[in-house]
Amino acid sequence: MTEGLHRIYSTFFDPAMIAQALPEILRVGLPNTLLLSVCASLIGIALGLAIAAGLVTGHRGVTLPCRAYVDILRGLPHILTVYLIGQGLPLAGLAIFGGNTYGYAALAIGLIESAYFAEIFRAGFQSVERGQVEAARSTGMTRLQTMLYIIVPQGARRVLPPLTGQFILVVKATSLVYLLGLTAMQREMFAIGQDAAINNANLSPLTAVGLVYLALTVPATYAVNAWDRRIRGGRSTELAEAD
Amino acid sequence: MSASGDRGVRFDRVSKSFGRVPVLRDVVLEAPGGATTCIVGPSGSGKSTLLRCANLLERPESGRILVGGTEITAPGVSVDAVRTRVGMVFQHFHLFSHLSVLDNVALALRKVRRMPRSEAEALARAKLADVALGGYEGRRPSELSGGQQQRVAIARALAMEPEVMLFDEATSALDPELVKEVLGVMRALAAAGMTMIVVTHEMRFAREVAQQVAFIDRGEVLELAPPAQFFDDPRHPRLREFLEKVL
Repeated sequence: MTEGLHRIYSTFFDPAMIAQALPEILRVGLPNTLLLSVCASLIGIALGLAIAAGLVTGHRGVTLPCRAYVDILRGLPHILTVYLIGQGLPLAGLAIFGGNTYGYAALAIGLIESAYFAEIFRAGFQSVERGQVEAARSTGMTRLQTMLYIIVPQGARRVLPPLTGQFILVVKATSLVYLLGLTAMQREMFAIGQDAAINNANLSPLTAVGLVYLALTVPATYAVNAWDRRIRGGRSTELAEAD
Repeated sequence: MSASGDRGVRFDRVSKSFGRVPVLRDVVLEAPGGATTCIVGPSGSGKSTLLRCANLLERPESGRILVGGTEITAPGVSVDAVRTRVGMVFQHFHLFSHLSVLDNVALALRKVRRMPRSEAEALARAKLADVALGGYEGRRPSELSGGQQQRVAIARALAMEPEVMLFDEATSALDPELVKEVLGVMRALAAAGMTMIVVTHEMRFAREVAQQVAFIDRGEVLELAPPAQFFDDPRHPRLREFLEKVL
């Protein structure tokens, strides 16, 4: 029994190993993880907004392809999508980022996340009261204008907390890009932990990575929940005008 | 029928149902240009639906609707163009909650009329002043009383310079002490010669302001008369019954 515990301790929680891995995780891995997360989220939010707008148009010709896009990207294992985009695109001759794996990595995670962002935005758009739409249309605004100036600004505002929550999931999702093979300085936290674990035949570096992820995600989750409660409590948030 | 020619709204045998439930049955009604037509009736009688047909928020299944001589129900007529000619005020105001009072009024001017921002804002300020809300431009709708919100909604509709104004129970959601300020704006509009169709429960307003009052019950116009006759000498038994309940 104690022998088993000791084996677990030395394999996963070796303090020396953790201390040795942390500096590189923080110096190289953390900035790369955050940069990838931000790039992937920007792609995901931009695409997600467009897809969500398509989902609520009411035109089957637009809604059906958007629905298929969301269902496929949410239905596939993320690891498969990362391979399909990261290795498939260059193989297909669509080497839009040249040999830079970083670009494909951001794109792959961005596409996956766009499906989730789209569902969040869709819920927000659908929460905008019908009367708002009727009021806009009654002044002569077109469907598109109503979408752009009334539904999107109101809907997007209401889903800021879940959007931020999704960003936290993106931070974790970036760990999948280790599959694509990054250069030493491009590696995000998980890739660095993974390499160190293999080199030392010990999993403690991955525990170190896990601790850094927790340090990022747990406080962020609590902050988002508090923010969400405040918004739901009906307190108005003064945000920049959508124009 | 009316001396005012083609400026009004004409409902010509308009029918509409929601699913299997008929809401309007062969409604014929003319709201003459420059006059105020009040529509009263029990709830669920179809009066709001009729009103919403006049700017095509609801589409009639059969019949024709003419606004200022244009048949808006004809195929190929642009719904958006029709709506710029017909302003609407709703029971629950429906101000755009994410925009300032000024932007509520200026938005359609900029996006539909394609006015430059400065011009649109100047016109919006003037319209807000018309409803006695000068100085409230920077406020949010949520910071205003119900009566103030409804006056912003009226200014928003008037800013598009419509030929016709539709009021769908515009004071029903207001506290009693706020009703008067909204009715005051509506009286002024009527006095200025705006063509108005007003769905209302305010019998005093109908009597004092309207040129004609229509009674709708179960999707049919059962009586259309000048207010004096409508209220003092109602012909249809169902109208007599209705007036006994509400007056």
